[in-house]
Amino acid sequence: MIIEIICIVLVLSGLLFLVGGAIGIIRFPDFYTRMHAAGKGDTMSVFLILIGVAIYQLNDFSIANLLVAGKIFFITIFIMWAGPTSTHALIKAGIDEGQKVWTREDKKGKPDA
Amino acid sequence: MENFFILTGVAIFALMLPILYRIIVGPTAIDRIVAVNMIGTKTMVLLIIIGMLFKRVDMFVDFALTYALLNFIGSLAAARFFDRVNPDKQIANLETKEQES
Amino acid sequence: MYRLSIFLLLCGIWIVFSGQFDAFHLALGVLSAAFITAISSSFLFVDRSKGFGARLRQITLLPGFLVWMLYQILLSNIHILKLAFSSGEIPEVKPSLVRIKTNLKTDFGKWMLANSITLTPGTITISIEGDELLIHSISSETTEGVLDDSMERKIARIFEPESQ
Repeated sequence: MIIEIICIVLVLSGLLFLVGGAIGIIRFPDFYTRMHAAGKGDTMSVFLILIGVAIYQLNDFSIANLLVAGKIFFITIFIMWAGPTSTHALIKAGIDEGQKVWTREDKKGKPDA
Repeated sequence: MENFFILTGVAIFALMLPILYRIIVGPTAIDRIVAVNMIGTKTMVLLIIIGMLFKRVDMFVDFALTYALLNFIGSLAAARFFDRVNPDKQIANLETKEQES
Repeated sequence: MYRLSIFLLLCGIWIVFSGQFDAFHLALGVLSAAFITAISSSFLFVDRSKGFGARLRQITLLPGFLVWMLYQILLSNIHILKLAFSSGEIPEVKPSLVRIKTNLKTDFGKWMLANSITLTPGTITISIEGDELLIHSISSETTEGVLDDSMERKIARIFEPESQ
């Protein structure tokens, strides 16, 4: 029972951060700030959801479930290393392509322009 | 508990729709690449939730791991494509700030 | 010494991913781990001059750093959430590029610093050129945060204790 409550709390907070990332990628004005929402919102939310699922999986304990929880934990470790790396690669590509940085001065520009 | 996982899957799927907006509207190509990368990450989580629903997580976790690896490699390859588009690297329209030490 | 530890690490990964404990699969795992160790063991642990004690010290200090890092990721997600739900034209955003110097020598230390800067609130490392890091910062407060070198000292204390 208490394991289910822990799982529900972790998954719900992960979903909250996913909502933050999804709204951020729509609302933020230029490519670089969108990169902030994409790169950070994903790491923590995926971490929370997968840890919640792994804890629920350990509810009835056996060797097979322990291996599955180990694999899920491996995926979270991989996401926490690969997320920042692909963020560097993509934002470097944006710099090389010559994306404009949105500044406070261009009032006329709509956020999407 | 099963209903909770169904609701979680539906919520993750609903959260893909705003990112789909960024893929369709997104002003430049690289915005679209970032959005595809985010949808890939969400798909990976969705695969594990589907595995919890079918009671076969031991099978679906391998699919999720493979999907995460392919997603990472794909975004790196797409970023590599833009590598030498702008060789003189004038960084847009913003001053850089040095560290005073 | 290093080859043996890489071999044991690969065997552990094989057991976790195959999930079968009969003799055939275990023998296959030992064979492939030995093969990979033979052809490409030099990719991991590049600096072989460090002794066993130094590595053990790194391993014992690493979990504290990871817990601190997890707390920073939580803070940065809350920051993103706050920016995403602020009303009207987002008031705090004032992007700028910062260039900082680092004293870390090894590639692994620089990689760790770059990833840590990316995961702390409001900053993303764009590129590493020599010992200079180019950083995109989302507002002026986060720019102040990245200019002091407390994070770099944390990393140097774990991975490069001789440099300070």
